[in-house]
Amino acid sequence: MSTSDPVPDHYPVPDHDLVLDERGRRCPMPIIALARAVSGEAPPARVLLLADDPAAETDVPAWCSMRGRTLAWTGAAADGRGRAYLVVAGGN
Amino acid sequence: MGHYGQFVAHDTTDDHGRSTSAPDPPLTSGQSTPWPPPGYLDAASTSPLHPAARVALLTALEHGWADPSRRYHEARRARQLLDMARETVAAVLRARPDEISFTGSGTEAIHLGVAGLAKGRARVGARIVATAVEHSSVLHAARAVPEGELITAGVDEFGRVDLGEFERVVTGGGVALTAVQSANHEVGTRQPLAEVAAISAAHDVPLLVDAAQSIGRDPAPEHWSVLCASAHKWGGPAGVGVLAVRTGVRWRSPSPDGSQEHGRVPGFVNIAAIVAAAAALEAVERVRVAESDRLSALVGMIRARVPEIVPDVVVLGDPLDRLPHLVTFSCLYVDGESLLADLDRAGFAVSSGSSCVADALVPSHVLAAMGALTQGNLRVSLPAGAREGDVARFLEVLPSIVMRARAEFGAEGL
Repeated sequence: MSTSDPVPDHYPVPDHDLVLDERGRRCPMPIIALARAVSGEAPPARVLLLADDPAAETDVPAWCSMRGRTLAWTGAAADGRGRAYLVVAGGN
Repeated sequence: MGHYGQFVAHDTTDDHGRSTSAPDPPLTSGQSTPWPPPGYLDAASTSPLHPAARVALLTALEHGWADPSRRYHEARRARQLLDMARETVAAVLRARPDEISFTGSGTEAIHLGVAGLAKGRARVGARIVATAVEHSSVLHAARAVPEGELITAGVDEFGRVDLGEFERVVTGGGVALTAVQSANHEVGTRQPLAEVAAISAAHDVPLLVDAAQSIGRDPAPEHWSVLCASAHKWGGPAGVGVLAVRTGVRWRSPSPDGSQEHGRVPGFVNIAAIVAAAAALEAVERVRVAESDRLSALVGMIRARVPEIVPDVVVLGDPLDRLPHLVTFSCLYVDGESLLADLDRAGFAVSSGSSCVADALVPSHVLAAMGALTQGNLRVSLPAGAREGDVARFLEVLPSIVMRARAEFGAEGL
């Protein structure tokens, strides 16, 4: 469907440095939280974003390409509520 | 048209909830309302009624009310008006008049077009191949085909169909029809119809073209088995769609009854609205080439200026091979809903494919299929006659509106 290769959708959840639970919050809040989390002096290299807003499925990868980051992994959240997105530093 | 201007509505409320800061001016006849309305930049949703349509509508209401199938003076007059309208529309669509049927809406034309082709091709198969970015009416109609299977071909970042994937699924066999739009209704990208038609023809599969956004803006598509359009997109009244079925195409009416409109559309035709639709089409077609060039330059200006004056914006769709009047962009860290509200307060009507604006709270399937940013999405679509000054004013107010929305979220500088 889209221009990039499909991101693997499997367990276990990869290693990460920070979890952002944005479930229950709607567009554009999860993306703003993601941007804020990586905007500090020493940003975490691997952020696991949890979101149940359907817009996140499109907007997380779109934000990554605008900000030179990579959606390294995505899958259903461990407890079944929404999806998890692993965002890492560096472009594709 | 002085004696037509007797209608003055006394209701001053606006059911769209626009402009809460000042009372809306009373609705009046076409005589005193500027055309197109200032600040109206949402022609892709619906175009304001063309002045030529207004005159034709009132004339046809007076002279075209009778049953065109009857054998008396009034009926013949109604028949004559309907025939003239059909010939006008056929000429613009490069079709024969007997290939043209009028429906109650563009959506009905799509529904009948898809269902009729699927019925005519039931022995071959029930697969329907469409692009992932078709109008929802096409996707819904395809999903409603009995025993049917909708297969969508993906698109590139501009929203243009992947021809390789399209050909692969058409080659798969059992395909009742292909359905491809002339140009995308949300991002303006034109589809490669010549190639799509060649692939479909090579496999003896009929092609349905949804031309709703391009008629009156671009030359009518040449290659199709069924073509659908909608009058209110080109400045005609609502309630008139066009279903064109090429001679020899195996289309079978899905309706239980079929005496009207060459047996393709049930029910008594709305002659006055059809005559008005034809008058509007004739009027826009007469100036189409020059007007499309003019509007395309304005859209080109929006495409170039928006990223210069608003940080973190992506302008979507093909920059060149696109509809002349339509542009879509998405702004990071804002919600489409608040942008629409602020623009409305500033006097501008535009639309958005962001999830917060949708009924189901999911983002536009078009933007999702393109992998495009969906937040802070705005679609600007210029009506025929749109003023350069309106576009300039829009570009003046846009940066502060986006920045204010970002500030509300504390998202500046992210």
